[in-house]
Amino acid sequence: MTPEPTTTLTDVDLPETPLTTPEVPAHESASEAAANGKNGRRLSLQDLKAFYGDNEAVHGINLEYNPNEVTAMIGPSGCGKSTVLRCINRMHEEIPGAYSTGKVLLDGLDVYASDVDLTAVRRAIGMVFQKPTPFPTLSIFDNVAAGLKLAGIKGVEASDRVEWALKGAGLWNEVKDRLNSPGIGLSGGQQQRLCIARTIAVEPELILMDEPCSALDPIATLRVEELIQELKEQFTIVIVTHNMQQAARVADRTAFFLLGDLVEVGPTESIFTNPTDSRTEEYVSGKFG
Amino acid sequence: MSAPTFNEAGLRGLPPVSPGRVRKDRIARTFIGALTLIALVPLVLVVFYLLKQGLGAWNGDFFTTDPTGRTCFPGQTTCSIGGVRSAILGTLEIVALASVIAIPFGTAVAVYLVEYGKQSKFANTVRYFVDVMTGVPSVAFGLFVYIVLVASGIGGSYAGWKGSVALALLMLPIVVRSSEVVLNLVPNQLRESALALGAPRWKVIWSVVLPTARSGLITGSLLAVARAAGETAPLLFTAFATNELVFGLGQPMNSLPLQIFNDVRTPQDAIVQRAWGAALFLVLLILILNLVARLAQRRSRLA
Ligand SMILES: Nc1ncnc2c1ncn2[C@@H]1O[C@H](COP(=O)(O)OP(=O)(O)OP(=O)(O)O)[C@@H](O)[C@H]1O
Ligand SMILES: [Mg+2]
Repeated sequence: MTPEPTTTLTDVDLPETPLTTPEVPAHESASEAAANGKNGRRLSLQDLKAFYGDNEAVHGINLEYNPNEVTAMIGPSGCGKSTVLRCINRMHEEIPGAYSTGKVLLDGLDVYASDVDLTAVRRAIGMVFQKPTPFPTLSIFDNVAAGLKLAGIKGVEASDRVEWALKGAGLWNEVKDRLNSPGIGLSGGQQQRLCIARTIAVEPELILMDEPCSALDPIATLRVEELIQELKEQFTIVIVTHNMQQAARVADRTAFFLLGDLVEVGPTESIFTNPTDSRTEEYVSGKFG
Repeated sequence: MSAPTFNEAGLRGLPPVSPGRVRKDRIARTFIGALTLIALVPLVLVVFYLLKQGLGAWNGDFFTTDPTGRTCFPGQTTCSIGGVRSAILGTLEIVALASVIAIPFGTAVAVYLVEYGKQSKFANTVRYFVDVMTGVPSVAFGLFVYIVLVASGIGGSYAGWKGSVALALLMLPIVVRSSEVVLNLVPNQLRESALALGAPRWKVIWSVVLPTARSGLITGSLLAVARAAGETAPLLFTAFATNELVFGLGQPMNSLPLQIFNDVRTPQDAIVQRAWGAALFLVLLILILNLVARLAQRRSRLA
């Protein structure tokens, strides 16, 4: 299924998930989705610059994220990884004084086009944060259903989708008997998987993860990593991580950032074993950062 | 050789606490403790007198009859000064209306300041005026309402609802300030998580921010209610006072603070005692509001 080469997200749209309508596509199970050839989207950044007031934090980045691949973003603290990530789903502009220039294209459609519905962009591009952030007043079920509710999905369809998402996040067996207890009653690792379930429940095209495992213990981390491997069957995944081993384990491609610039991007293997830039080599071998 | 002490074994190099320091610590503690006790004295005295004098007034008629306005002399067995029923009803109604005005309004202003205005010039100006309003003496609100609503003759002369407006003005800055503090405690990450799901901003506020902050908002509002319930000055020339039991907020109404105010000014022991009884009841009312506010606070989901 090739999307038509349109330049806006408004008029013509991609068959399954029109970005402009707030509706989420009709529910399909994971296998159905695979059978239907439902794929993640291709994301490309073109000369993306990000500013905090007068401070230019990201200096014109060009980067392609391939569909159904995991792309890791690595680099020392403060190099702009989170900023780039937040530009992709337009969360960057939530910070007072922050703005960006350049293009973020989701299968060729600019998410910054003036006639694009911001909420539709964010529904198409899910985000998992560093710290688990379950909604404190909501039950486990309602946490996962929160996004569905926004899309007007209720009743049996919603409960099916919640179950599917919790299974997808590898949390179903642990919580299926207490779906109505508060989401904040779960352990940190479980909360993070709950947040992942909440994100995939609305079936985004792309999932952004900002250090999703940094608050988790090794076992919970492993589970999330396995989950990422499964999720890439259906979604395009971008993950920011400080953990080199993690990048090596989960990512198909890795991008190395330094001081707001993209230094190098390539297959994870070659970034770690045979980088072309000496700064990359120094960083991945632990000489700085 | 002596057994190694904690100092030698664990925290090598740290000298033991000197006796001088221990002594200083003890003196400082005693001093602070004494000051605390002294500060408690007036508080305990107030409560003691309230109970002693007030409970005596709480006879059978106290809660079930209205003040008669008569002055009865000792020995006049058929004469009754009456209770404070109309004052209780008046206070409940006036304060309820004031809360209905001030709480939603004040919360909305706080939501604007935290979620939309942020550090903009306009928002900071609003904050400044809210701060100024907090410092305005309550009699000024009464005067303002007197001039704008009573003297101008809008909807008749004195009326209960005009008292409510004066109290609402008094409550507004308290509600705004306390709500703003509580809303600021809601972690930004939570807002962003909801926004990242594609929720529009108003929905994020309505379904995530407000429910998360709910108990804190309730606490702040209840404290404002408690503050307003005890105010006399804003009611003096707005709701005025009457002895009769009045249900409609469109007429002059009695209230507990005014009842106390008027009773204390009479030379009659029985009537002065009724003032104590009314004061005790008012204090209890406010105490209960405070307790409920604390309970709400304890259930808070915010740090
Ligand atoms: N809210 C903000 N206001 C102003 N400047 C910011 C803000 N957030 C980040 N910056 C600046 O932008 C630059 C990039 O920050 P960013 O958070 O993207 O780094 P990062 O690569 O994600 O770092 P880390 O690995 O520590 O998370 C930094 O120099 C930082 O000082
Ligand atoms: Mg970061």
